[in-house]
Amino acid sequence: MAGNTEPLSPRAKLAVTAGRAAAAVSRAAGRGSGSVIGGRVALKLDPDLLARLARHLDVVLVSATNGKTTTTRLIAEALRAGGPVVSNALGANMPAGITSALAGGSDAKFGVIEVDEKYLAGVARDVTPKAIALLNLSRDQLDRAAETRMLAEHWREGLSGSKALIIANADDPLIVWAASSSANVVWVAAGQEWKDDAWSCPSCGGVMQRPDDDWFCGECGFRRPTPSWALSGDYVLDPHGSAWPIKLQLPGRANKANATTSAAVAAAFGVPPQVALERMYSVQAVAGRYDVVSYMERELRLLLAKNPAGWLETFSLIDPPPTPVIMSVNARGADGTDTSWLWDVDYTRLAGHPLFVLGDRKLDLAVRLEVAGLDFEVCDNLDQAVQMAPPGRIEVIANYTAFQDLRRHVGN
Amino acid sequence: MSDNSLRLVWVYPDLLSTYGDQGNALVVERRARQRGLDVQRLDVRSDQPIPTSGDIYLIGGGEDRPQRLAAERLLRDGGLNRAVSNGAIVFSVCAGYQILGHEFINDQDKQQQGLGLLDVVSTRGEAERCVGDVLADIDPQLNLPPLTGFENHQGVTHLGPTARPFAKVRFGNGNGVGDGFEGAWQETVFGTYMHGPVMARNPHIADLLLKLALDVNALPPADDRWYEALRQERIAAATATS
Repeated sequence: MAGNTEPLSPRAKLAVTAGRAAAAVSRAAGRGSGSVIGGRVALKLDPDLLARLARHLDVVLVSATNGKTTTTRLIAEALRAGGPVVSNALGANMPAGITSALAGGSDAKFGVIEVDEKYLAGVARDVTPKAIALLNLSRDQLDRAAETRMLAEHWREGLSGSKALIIANADDPLIVWAASSSANVVWVAAGQEWKDDAWSCPSCGGVMQRPDDDWFCGECGFRRPTPSWALSGDYVLDPHGSAWPIKLQLPGRANKANATTSAAVAAAFGVPPQVALERMYSVQAVAGRYDVVSYMERELRLLLAKNPAGWLETFSLIDPPPTPVIMSVNARGADGTDTSWLWDVDYTRLAGHPLFVLGDRKLDLAVRLEVAGLDFEVCDNLDQAVQMAPPGRIEVIANYTAFQDLRRHVGN
Repeated sequence: MSDNSLRLVWVYPDLLSTYGDQGNALVVERRARQRGLDVQRLDVRSDQPIPTSGDIYLIGGGEDRPQRLAAERLLRDGGLNRAVSNGAIVFSVCAGYQILGHEFINDQDKQQQGLGLLDVVSTRGEAERCVGDVLADIDPQLNLPPLTGFENHQGVTHLGPTARPFAKVRFGNGNGVGDGFEGAWQETVFGTYMHGPVMARNPHIADLLLKLALDVNALPPADDRWYEALRQERIAAATATS
């Protein structure tokens, strides 16, 4: 029971046990990992359970629109250098799922917790984290999500009294707005390719000026803070100016950015960047994302892209033409039911790739690609797309429920 | 139309482009080029003046605060009103549609003055937010096939005597007043609540704007295969969910 100085009360113990039983029933019924239902049962029996479970842990919270599951995983690997870690590694990121994950780690020293954007302020209040990592904010699920700027405002209010060290992306104006109410911020230049949610100043509404990588509001003076950590090519620059090589199995610029933020978090927990970055190499795939699977005697790389910013980062990591690309888009509840966002994605970046389109909303994507002037094939299902694809490894890009469908289909 | 090139102005993408609104500009541009027209597309940010010599102006949807900022800046600029008095065509969506009216309710719950280019007034609905697929019949005067789109708005828009309803809904809410009307138009100014984006689901609307700009009754045919397939699917979906 390393670090667990205060045993759980009988009520909390009962709640944890009841939660485990419910999770086991849920698993047996074939309804997924059971972590959410287990947590829900436990929280109902003991509403303070989350706070109590976190009390003996050094906690870091991770939130963002994109990259939070991967970054949580990278931080967890890095902190294992310093002791046992408990984490909601499967991406169950609302209070019930978080409670369930923590209940499974009674001997842990560190808690590395991914939090859904809407719940960040509340969870931060409950678990009094040592650090909070904020990566990026952009449009997502427009039919039901709050305004992106309102979310930043909500974070700003929720975090203003927090004693946590905030580790935040200096390149995303909305993140800077959210974080800059805190006394204790470490700024990380992690980059943000997508810019279309931060053209107006989150503070005064003025038009943002964005020369090269810099940004500032010409009217009120709100501007990019000076970062102490930075992603520079394939290196992390630490506050002392030392450059540490990033070695990842995960592809793409966005994951280098995630590794940079993770290194800054690890340093705050006493794990030096070199050690942290070496440990991150072991992360291969995260909940199926980036996994290369064999299917119908072909290699498929599975890539999740849920929103315009995610698609943009994904385009920058796929193999060059003539690598075939299969795209699958759904618009079920968890995806957001409005497909208009497809028009915010610059599909002309896919010119030269043989393209195959499937999913519930393949016709929306077909019109989008037609208007982009691209050639493509609309397919009934994955098998047909794989059969039609020319030789070579296939990149498969899908949004949330389409990605889950594909994983099930290929047995991943 | 000046010197054979169509000037397509996309108004304030920095503020009013939250719901894939760029799609409307892309579809109009694509369908114009497919008919052999040169297109000059001007994306005008809210710190730049609105050019008055455009042929077609597109204004998109946005969230409450950007909507207020856009209305303030458009009113101060005055260029869009001058363009319309020169005969320009304006097509607006959602927050942009409300801005073109006489007034709307802003993010601070205050009445805010619009551009008065459409004889409409928008208020905030008391009922549940209108979200979902819509199917509607467009004003017969415009001679267009049924309108399909996705609505997502709290606002309710009341038409004055000069504005004509753009469409009458079969499924969905539209303007939200309860009379079944969707959107508004008068002369060369149009407004709708439909996202999708609306031109991607209704390319005939893009063609209508081109015909008005060129002052012709017909355009050479374009390949509508994928648009038609999408339309059939969404019309069936709107019919099934209601």
